[in-house]
Amino acid sequence: MAENLANVLHEQLSEGFPDTHRNNSGEGADRRRVVEGVDQELNGQPPSARPSQRLESEEDEDEELTLKYGAKHVIMLFVPVTLCMVVVVATIKSVSFYTQKDGQLIYTPFPEDTETVGQRALNSILNAAIMISVIIVMTLLLVVLYKYRCYKVIHGWLIISSLLLLFFFSFIYLGEVFKTYNVGMDYITLALIIWNFGVVGMICIHWKGPLHLQQAYLIMISALMALVFIKYLPEWTAWLILAVISVYDLVAVLCPKGPLRMLVETAQERNEPIFPALIYSSTMVWLVNMADTDAESRKKPALNSTTPESQAAPSQSTQGPDDGGFTTDWELRQQETLGHMESSEETRRQVQEMPSARPPAIQSDDSEERGVKLGLGDFIFYSVLVGKASATASGDWNTTLACFVAILIGLCLTLLLLAIFKKALPALPISITFGLVFYFATDNLVRPFMDQLALHQFYI
Amino acid sequence: MTTSVFFGCTFIAFGPAISLFLFTIARDPLRVIFLIAGAFFWLVSLLLSSLVWFIAVQISNKENASVQKGLLIFGVVLSVLLQETFRFSYYKLLKRANEGLMALSQEDAMPISIRQLAYVSGLGFGFMSGAFSVVNILADSLGPGTVGIHGDSQHYFVSSAFMTMAIILLHMFWGVVFFDACEKKRWWAVVIVVLSHLLVSCLSFLNPQYEGSLIPAYVVMCVMGMWAFSSAGGSFRNLKLCLTCRDKDFLLANHRPR
Repeated sequence: MAENLANVLHEQLSEGFPDTHRNNSGEGADRRRVVEGVDQELNGQPPSARPSQRLESEEDEDEELTLKYGAKHVIMLFVPVTLCMVVVVATIKSVSFYTQKDGQLIYTPFPEDTETVGQRALNSILNAAIMISVIIVMTLLLVVLYKYRCYKVIHGWLIISSLLLLFFFSFIYLGEVFKTYNVGMDYITLALIIWNFGVVGMICIHWKGPLHLQQAYLIMISALMALVFIKYLPEWTAWLILAVISVYDLVAVLCPKGPLRMLVETAQERNEPIFPALIYSSTMVWLVNMADTDAESRKKPALNSTTPESQAAPSQSTQGPDDGGFTTDWELRQQETLGHMESSEETRRQVQEMPSARPPAIQSDDSEERGVKLGLGDFIFYSVLVGKASATASGDWNTTLACFVAILIGLCLTLLLLAIFKKALPALPISITFGLVFYFATDNLVRPFMDQLALHQFYI
Repeated sequence: MTTSVFFGCTFIAFGPAISLFLFTIARDPLRVIFLIAGAFFWLVSLLLSSLVWFIAVQISNKENASVQKGLLIFGVVLSVLLQETFRFSYYKLLKRANEGLMALSQEDAMPISIRQLAYVSGLGFGFMSGAFSVVNILADSLGPGTVGIHGDSQHYFVSSAFMTMAIILLHMFWGVVFFDACEKKRWWAVVIVVLSHLLVSCLSFLNPQYEGSLIPAYVVMCVMGMWAFSSAGGSFRNLKLCLTCRDKDFLLANHRPR
């Protein structure tokens, strides 16, 4: 089940544009608010009077910022993808457990050690078909649950799968690493280590934690998941699954009725971030607890009150009914004890000019920084490709290197398309296609050539 | 065949390249991207040349050793020519992309200059070329075995490492000279780059007589290094100023007192 869970919401790539998350004060909305405030200050007209001019200048600024920060975003994704692949390849090369044949998953019931090539091909096609249909069913289930707001079920599902990954799979991984390096370890120390690792992981992923720690945990669980796939998927099945899943990804994210597209659009409509447990984000997400909608509404009047208002009365009247929890007799009592306190324009401007304390959840140093998000499934499948290449290729390191570079270039091209089209895009198709092409080409064509060259010590 | 051989050869082969990467390229994301793109282009050129070689081998007589060696030599020459062709096409692509970027952003300055691109792309080619030449050899050097037990040269690992270092640095110098020559439309310089690449590769046919292959390769590397330095705008005067810490522009740019 855990495998499917990680598969389910994976292939999307979206960029947190403030246009669609206006009430989220993360990722550049600060700058946007200052721009709006300045506009209001200048004209004294309500902001709705001049929408078109502001939109144009925003679009120009958008273009410039996109180009300037595009390269930075690419590197922000290159580093974790590279780290995940390095962890997987290092494990495959050193721990022999993950290259041993110990059976297959129940989702791939047909064996691949058959007599004829045709039988093997047929078995792998059937395996891939079963796996892909399981993934499709799980994705649809997740989208249905999300649409009908069964948040508790989704949360429970995600928590169970992260528990499985963080405790059970990492226990097995640690055990195999100890076996490889012949390290003796008692159960008490092991229990302490695994307990701490798992609990901190659960907290970081599902609740709050330092950004880098959360990113590190997401990379680790992606690597663990990828190792499980590499171990239990036979060769031809694995390549077929990779090919078919990139096609599915393309369809699911780009077609109007595709499940992943519907998921992203529903999340954007409701102004909620998509589950942090399934997405790697390069900047902090402001609203960590998605089910807590009271916190969201309570934040809105607090945010609006920090922008300078040239017209106190009309804008205040829109906030009238929501008194933020301060009942009238509380206010009367406060006025009796502390005297009449009411903020006027001058006091508000003075407060505004004082150095404001940043809300603690925003940890990006650059207020103009916008993050890029990559689904964990993308990490998993990239690592599966590179891991399988290093496990099974006879060309060894050349094939691994070639697949690695191909995947990075595919990711770069995908991000370039993201900068052009500015909507959620599938991250798998281009990278996996390049990776597969380079794997088969390098293993079959380049390897004999380089072997001959190395034998004679010729250099090209 | 020990870890010391492994580490020694790794640092010999990749030391200069990794230091160049860490000190000049790692901080700037745009340069890293163009480095990886350069590596990709080299990889594609290798793929095409291996395809042609593979087809030639399949249709030829596999028993005849001299025919196979001849085909290998043909493969090497073809690979060198394809690499330079792909270097040229990378140059064209970068020019067009830079023009597009400039038109889009309406800024006066390009985000990255063509000289930086020449350096970065040359290093990308070098990294990939060096990696493909030497990584399998390095991995083997960790395992058990005896070098040259059948009468082959005992200096296999060290000579491979030195040759790889020369090739990586040569690719970088070739990149700088090539792009500069394309910018100034000096086609004779392009031809000289291609010919020197062919020379270095063909000298490797003399292996295992390392005096015949390594020493000329290093001589070519020094010559190309000086040429690249002067085409990038360096001169003896610049070098003197830089080494005695009196170059005002450099000091200003790095906020250091004289």
